[in-house]
Amino acid sequence: MERWQKTAERANAAPPDDVPIVLATEGPHGPVIYAANRAARMAGINIGARVVDMRALCPDLHVEYADVAGDTAAINKLVLWARRWCPWTVADGPDGLVLDTTGSDHLFGGEAAMLVEMETRLSLLGLTAQLAVAPTWGAAWGLARYGKTRSICTLDQLDAQLAPMPATALRLDSETLLLLRRLGLKTIGALADIPRLSLTRRFVRAKLSGNPVLRLDQATGTLAEPVSSLDAPPRFQAQSCLAEPVQDPTPHLPDLCDKLCNALAQAGFGCRRLHLVVYRTDGEISRVDVATSTPSRDAPHLARLFDDKLERINPGFGFDLITLTASAVEKIDKVQPRLDGSADENLHLSRLIDRLTARFGARSVTRPVLKESHIPERAEVRLSALTKAQTEPVQTANPRPIRLLEPPEEVQVLYAVPEGPPAQFVWRRQAHRVTRYGGPERIAPEWWRDRPSTRLRDYFRIEDQNGRRFWMYREGLHDDGRGGDPRWFVHGLFS
Amino acid sequence: MQCLPYTSVSHQPLSRNRRVSPVRQANVLSDMFPATATDAGVIGFILSHIPASAGPILWVQDRLSRKETGCPYLPGLGARRQILNVDLSRPADVLWAMEDGLRCKGMSAVIGEVWGDPPTLNFTATKRLAMRAEQGRVPCWLIRRAASPDLSAARNRWRVASLPSSPHPDDPHAPGNPRWRVDLFRSRLSRPGEWVATYDPAADRVDFSAFLRDGALAEDGRKGKCRAAG
Repeated sequence: MERWQKTAERANAAPPDDVPIVLATEGPHGPVIYAANRAARMAGINIGARVVDMRALCPDLHVEYADVAGDTAAINKLVLWARRWCPWTVADGPDGLVLDTTGSDHLFGGEAAMLVEMETRLSLLGLTAQLAVAPTWGAAWGLARYGKTRSICTLDQLDAQLAPMPATALRLDSETLLLLRRLGLKTIGALADIPRLSLTRRFVRAKLSGNPVLRLDQATGTLAEPVSSLDAPPRFQAQSCLAEPVQDPTPHLPDLCDKLCNALAQAGFGCRRLHLVVYRTDGEISRVDVATSTPSRDAPHLARLFDDKLERINPGFGFDLITLTASAVEKIDKVQPRLDGSADENLHLSRLIDRLTARFGARSVTRPVLKESHIPERAEVRLSALTKAQTEPVQTANPRPIRLLEPPEEVQVLYAVPEGPPAQFVWRRQAHRVTRYGGPERIAPEWWRDRPSTRLRDYFRIEDQNGRRFWMYREGLHDDGRGGDPRWFVHGLFS
Repeated sequence: MQCLPYTSVSHQPLSRNRRVSPVRQANVLSDMFPATATDAGVIGFILSHIPASAGPILWVQDRLSRKETGCPYLPGLGARRQILNVDLSRPADVLWAMEDGLRCKGMSAVIGEVWGDPPTLNFTATKRLAMRAEQGRVPCWLIRRAASPDLSAARNRWRVASLPSSPHPDDPHAPGNPRWRVDLFRSRLSRPGEWVATYDPAADRVDFSAFLRDGALAEDGRKGKCRAAG
């Protein structure tokens, strides 16, 4: 309403204050009232009622159409503007703001002084505001709309302040409110006095907006309702608007990288992720992402990461806007090159990882890391090289092969004694005669991870007649009751 | 091209258990041909040239090498080694990744595994790798499994085969320290030859001794055996 009034004033078309004015939106049965000015409210106009009914009540009603999308945009702008008071702000419905001012009220001289300051600032914008401070979102919503002016509620007087308020202060939908009114539950206190069990049973299937139990819990703080703030706009972004749609972003990339890296260098940051977005003329967007293993602001290096990826952009009929956004920025210090002009070796390594990852994908470039496990295939995990893993080396006392076959390959075996090493085995259609063996080394299954039917393994180090060394195991024992005869596998190769 | 001056076992009368490699193993490209495609002895021989405390190793494998001979296994390679695995599918990508890795100064070695004789791995490709290795001073090892030793610009070309291991000090039935028969069949830096290399993992040391089938025969054969590549 006030936004409309301001716009009208700017156009010198503002009607005098005593003319009842309403803003209307289209409802299912004709226009309904969306907002009303003070004169209209005094004349008994209800928000949400149909315009034709209200015309009967107040024949000289002045009706304008509401700009709902404009109001939403204005509220979203106001959300960001309200970050002057605290870092967590979010829009609440079409006409509300929620600020999580925990720990920031002392900056303005206490909660009461903060509310006065907020009201002053908002009135300078031409907006009236009803403000309240409460420990929970729900309580603040109710107090702001149905409580005293600038009411402040602390945690210990929360119940006492909520109790006399009408049930409408619980952010419930109209059907539930009607039901509560028919049940005679007019205030929050009356609702809270009902035994919780019967109330829960009555509303067990209701959604949050129609569930007085959940809403009551939210208002009293039993149910947490955190303020999840809107994302800030990206801090580091470079864009180039093109005069005509083009199909290939390659020539513009070095300039964009230069611009972005200059901005990053001035702020002392480096980026870990880069997003190149092209805005196509047919209204679609198409994007390419790259990542780096260490924060970087080296423009040629970043430009090179996009080398083969630009082909994946679908240009359609061309695009006329390219943006390059740096996300996951981290502070980096300036590094002085050495006296001989060469840079640090770690820098070379991280750039190599970036290039390889950008070209072959993060799943191809890995860094093996040891884990504490006796099962050989679990003793080593492969992490993406982009992640930084700090692990202490785990030493194994027993010899381990230099290559591991994944998965182990089953072999046909001749043996002298069932529990002993093989005498001969056939692996990949070639017979190997066992000349020497070491072991067995028994590795039991990890009962906390494996299925109960998993069999133990007896590992042998085997050398064949040509001197090739294998790591073989027999899975299970004869008569261990977990399947038939044990099978033999080649699991690794020794050097 | 002339043979470079060198000191090798072949001049000395049967000095067994040499402590240094008889071959100048500078930061060059070396072709490794395992005797059988799945022989892991070649890996052990390469790793014996790279100190465990050195910088990271870039290890590039193509798909067939990975399927047929498995992946490098860190507990067996030594827990202190830093490995950067790159698993690729095409041999051309392997060569690209190796060349990119050779640019990186911090690498202690670049190891690539290529299965068979792909057409992309020709003389030009090996020459690129060789020059890049010498420029960046990073040793580069190209393991060529199931391949024929055709034209290549590699500075050293080896054939490596596993031999029955040396006796285990405690258990006569168990395999002991690994032994390999290494054959430097073409080299620009030193004189080709054939040795038996014994690796001692505890001391991280390789002992080379002359590979002799028969003493007199080997003496004769060694005289005209200087086959340096041009």
